[in-house]
Formats: sequence, C-alpha cells, structure tokens
Amino acid sequence: MSNKTYLASLNESLHAMMEADERVILIGEDILDPYGGAFKVSKGLSSRFPSQVLTTPISESAIVGLGTGLAMRGFLPIVEIMFGDFITLAVDQLVNHAAKFRWMYNEKVRVPLVVRTPMGAYRSYGPTHSQSMEKHFLGVPGLWVISPNLFTEPGELLKQAVTRLQEPVLFVEHKYAYAQPLLDVPDGMVLEELAGEKGFFPASVLRHRNPDPAMRGLLLCYGGLSKMCLEAVLLLRDSEGISMDLAVITQLSPTPVVQLQTLFDQYKDTLLVYVEEASVAAGWGSEMMASMQDFALNTRNCQLRQLRIGSEYSVIPSSKQLEGRILPNVQKIINQIVACF
Amino acid sequence: MSHLPLCHRQSSTEDLYSLMAGIRLFEMSLLDMFGQGLLAGTTHTCLGQEATAVGVVSCLDRERDIILSSHRCHGHFLAYCGQAEELYLEIMGKPGGVCAGRGGSQHLNVRNFYSNGIQGGIMPIAIGMAKAEKLRQSKAIVTVFLGDGTFGEGAVYEALNIASLWQLPILIIVENNGNAQSTPTQLQLSGTFQGRLEAFNIPVQEIKTTDVRQVIKAVYPLIDKIRHDGSPQALVIEALRLGPHSKGDDHRSKQEMDEIRDKDPLTLMKDLITPSDQACIYQQAQEFIDATRQKVLQEKSYE
Repeated sequence: MSNKTYLASLNESLHAMMEADERVILIGEDILDPYGGAFKVSKGLSSRFPSQVLTTPISESAIVGLGTGLAMRGFLPIVEIMFGDFITLAVDQLVNHAAKFRWMYNEKVRVPLVVRTPMGAYRSYGPTHSQSMEKHFLGVPGLWVISPNLFTEPGELLKQAVTRLQEPVLFVEHKYAYAQPLLDVPDGMVLEELAGEKGFFPASVLRHRNPDPAMRGLLLCYGGLSKMCLEAVLLLRDSEGISMDLAVITQLSPTPVVQLQTLFDQYKDTLLVYVEEASVAAGWGSEMMASMQDFALNTRNCQLRQLRIGSEYSVIPSSKQLEGRILPNVQKIINQIVACF
Repeated sequence: MSHLPLCHRQSSTEDLYSLMAGIRLFEMSLLDMFGQGLLAGTTHTCLGQEATAVGVVSCLDRERDIILSSHRCHGHFLAYCGQAEELYLEIMGKPGGVCAGRGGSQHLNVRNFYSNGIQGGIMPIAIGMAKAEKLRQSKAIVTVFLGDGTFGEGAVYEALNIASLWQLPILIIVENNGNAQSTPTQLQLSGTFQGRLEAFNIPVQEIKTTDVRQVIKAVYPLIDKIRHDGSPQALVIEALRLGPHSKGDDHRSKQEMDEIRDKDPLTLMKDLITPSDQACIYQQAQEFIDATRQKVLQEKSYE
C-alpha cells in the first residue's frame, strides 16, 4: 500500500479546513481551478469554496498584508506565495506588521495568519526559484517558522498553524517533496514524537533499535531533506556501522527549546549533526548548535562534537550538474559523517 | 473631564475648535516635554493638521468603522477616542499607556484604531480589514490616512489596485502637507495624487482648505457613498505642517513658515467664534492638557 503524498496531505487538509470553517480564506496568485496553484496545493478549492478562495494580482506585499488585515478582524487567512524566493517581497509585511501587532498593541489583537510557500532546489529552477530562505526569518519575535516533512502529516501541521496557534506563521513547504509519499518507519528503527511546547509542532525522532554505543550520534534536519537524511542514516548503519539516529524538527522558530533540551540530554556525548539545504552560514544549524552549546555550558563538563552540513556558499545554479555540485546529497552527508569517526 | 471631547459631523463650531485646540496643545506639550528631557525616543506631531484629524474622524461611526494611521497619528487617535491621558502615558513608556508603553508614539491601538511606524505598509492591512468587513457585510468603512511622502512606497500601489479591483469599502485620506520629512513635494513626486489614484479607477477629490468645516463637508458625502456602494473613495486634503517632522529637524525658511501660518486651522476659526468664547475654550483646553500632563508625570513608570 502506498502512502499519500506530501502534496495530497496538504491539499486534503485545506479542503477539510475550508469545509469546516468559512473563516478560512485562501489568498494567492494563480490559485483558481483548473490551474489550482503553481504546485497544485490549492487544487479543487476554488470550485468547492468559491467565496473563500481569492485569486490576486502579482503583489506579494499586498497579499500578505491583506491576510494580516483579515486575520486581525476575525478570519483565518492562508496566503500562498508561489515560490519561496518571492517572500522577500513581503518581508516588511511579515516582520514589521504581522509579527509586531500582537505584542506592540499589548496583546489586544491576534494575527492568526499563515503564509505558505514552497522553498528548495533540486529542480534546476536556478538562482531565484530554488532558495531555502527560511533562515532569514528565524529569530523574529512574534513570527513562527514551521516546516512540514515526510514523517509528520503535513496537513495536520498546517491545521495546527491555521486553526489553533493564533500567531503569524511562515509555513515552509518543499517543492521537491510535494510528489513524494509520506515515509514509514524503516525496519530496525523506532519512531518517537517529541511534543512541542504548546502541544503543537512535534519533532519526529527515529532511533535505531540496536545502536552501536561506540559509533553513534544524532542527525537533526527539517523539511524537504527528511527523506535524504533518512537514506543517509540507513546507509551509514548498513555500510559503515554508524548508528546515527534522526530527529526531524518541524518548529524552526522560535527555537524549540524543550525538544532540543530533551535531545541534548540524550545525545550530548555523541556526534550531533545538523543538515539543511541552504548554506550553513548564519543558518538553522548554526542556531541549533548554539542552543546546544548553551545547554552544554549549563552542565559544565560537556565537550560537544557538532557538525553542520549544507550547500556550498553559492548562488544556486540553473544547470542540473552545477546545482548538484553545490547542494547536499546522500553521499556528501555520509562522507562528512564518516570523517568524524 | 478625563478625555478630550469627541465631535461628530454636526458638532458646533465651538466643539470642533475645542477638540482641535486640545490636540494642538497636546502636541505642543510633547515638544516642550522633549525639550525638558521628560520624554525619550521620538515623536511626530500633527501641529497644523488638526482639521483633517477632527474633520475626517468626526464623520465616522466610531462603533464600527476602522481607522488606520501612520507615524503622525496623535491627532487621528485623539479625535477617535479623546484619551489624552493614555496617549501621554504611552509616549512616556509607562504601564498605564494605551498599549502599556510597548508601542509608543507611532504604534497605537484602541478598539478599531491602529497605527504603525512603517511608511505605506498599513495600506495592505487596510485592504485586508476592508475585505473582512465586506465579507461579513458589516457596512463598516476602513479609513486610512496617508501622507504625501507615503506615495513613494510600492506597497501603496499594490493595495490601491486591489482596493479598486475588489471594490472595497475604503476611504483614502491623503494629508498633503507638502513635505516628506525634509524633502519638499517637488523633489519627490512626479505627476499628481489625483492622477495616481484615478489610474486605479478610484474616484478622487481634492480640497485646498484647512478649514475643519470644509473638511467635514467634503468627507461626509464620501462616507455616505462608501457606506452605500461599498467601493473606495479618495480625498486629498491640503495640510500644514506647522512643526518639525519629529523634534528639531525643520529647516524651512521663516518666510515659508509665515506664509503657511495664515492657513492655521485654529486661526481660520477666529471669525466664527467670538474672541471671548475663543479665549475661554482655548483656556479650558489648556487647563485640561496642563492637568493631564501633571497627572501623568506622577504616574508610575516601569522599574
């Protein structure tokens, strides 16, 4: 039996939310049927819920602000930004408007706005249609950054963001993951979910049933690279005898401190590896490493072994071959981890 | 009296004058307090623009209509709710401020009033709120105050396009005080406001007056029309900036200032109110502002 795809999970979730609550409004460019959005996440919605689907001009700043205004006046808007790269056009609306209002108006308003967008490369879309720009949005007080993966039902995460969190969220999907089926727990591994702080946005931790105590560690990743990282972990086990457990994080910002503390306590004496698709410079892995180091200082006697893996520090090329050279892949991840043992 | 008196479109000349005087004196007291080192941060006073604030806001239904404003928001705020004490406390960064001192001068919210310190960014928020009201068929109107300098921002045009395309219930008020901070209009604007708004099929009127009664006369029919048709309207109002952009940053010539002072909206009311009434109203407003200022200076600060 094949699992549903990442795309189907998101699409079904949107259908269910819009059916359940007419305050859920989808806003975006080219989202009407029969086109149904550039990546088809909005497929079928405008036919079923015509008054809840608003197709817009190519105006990213205006449509994110539009969502914020709707959110502040009692609706549950979801804004689709066609390519994640275009989110720069709406930075002001996210950072200086949506993220600010609740706090600076002394908690008198809520901004339950979700901005969904696909990031990521591996499709030869070139320098301005392939980036993983979420790192630029980490650490903005008032703004949440959530990224679904292939282990945690993406539609369920989206539902938590839209209907329960009541905060502005940048919801980072991955364009390469859309067509992929959700993953099962592989033989020899056990899945544990680590709950997030408000009961939302769990992390998935896959552990080896019989790890080698001398050759073990934890690989942390998120989003679209979850499948690549699982493949690397299985190959490391089968070919190299290295037992890297895998933690797939969904809450990128604010830093999921409780989940990280749990992982720190369990893995502080092993190798900690952070894999992301963007270059590691000023990135997600850097922030995770720094948080782990903070925990380590509290324990006084902890010498962490930590490694970041990401793209080369480069603009993303269009040429498939050139793109392949700079992006992470299974073999590169394996090689860097093997070199640590 | 703990609030400035609120006005509506049929308020007497005396009441309109009283509210404008209260706003004027509030703003002047802020500059004085900065001078004395009693305030930190910055502020943007609306000295000279009291007629737009009072004239426009007096035409709205405070229960349901929404107001979005900018960095220069004190007049709009006071005309909406009269809460001078809470505004003082906000600007002083004290717990009793309207947003508990978190937002300060430019970042105010009370009920349906919202301001923010980013140029033009409020316009996309305005279309969202207008869409919300339209979806729930509330007949509420969103009024958004933009300055002439704000027309340099791209977000404004994205939002104007959607406001017109979707026929949203928005009243766009352009307060044209001729200065984008220190840059005069002729150095920063090509074409006209009317041309820009009409390009989006948004009906636009312009009034070259700082007389609050003329403002009300121009605004109320637009409100009525938006309430009825649910579609956007724009009004460009001549405004004066009698004070600096923020505190000590005014380099305009004495001659220029003397010329615009003739259009001071408070001076314009002189012929309509007897000198003794006028002096009396002004004195009362002064006493209110002085008393409020004394009170807020005693209020507790954060530790």
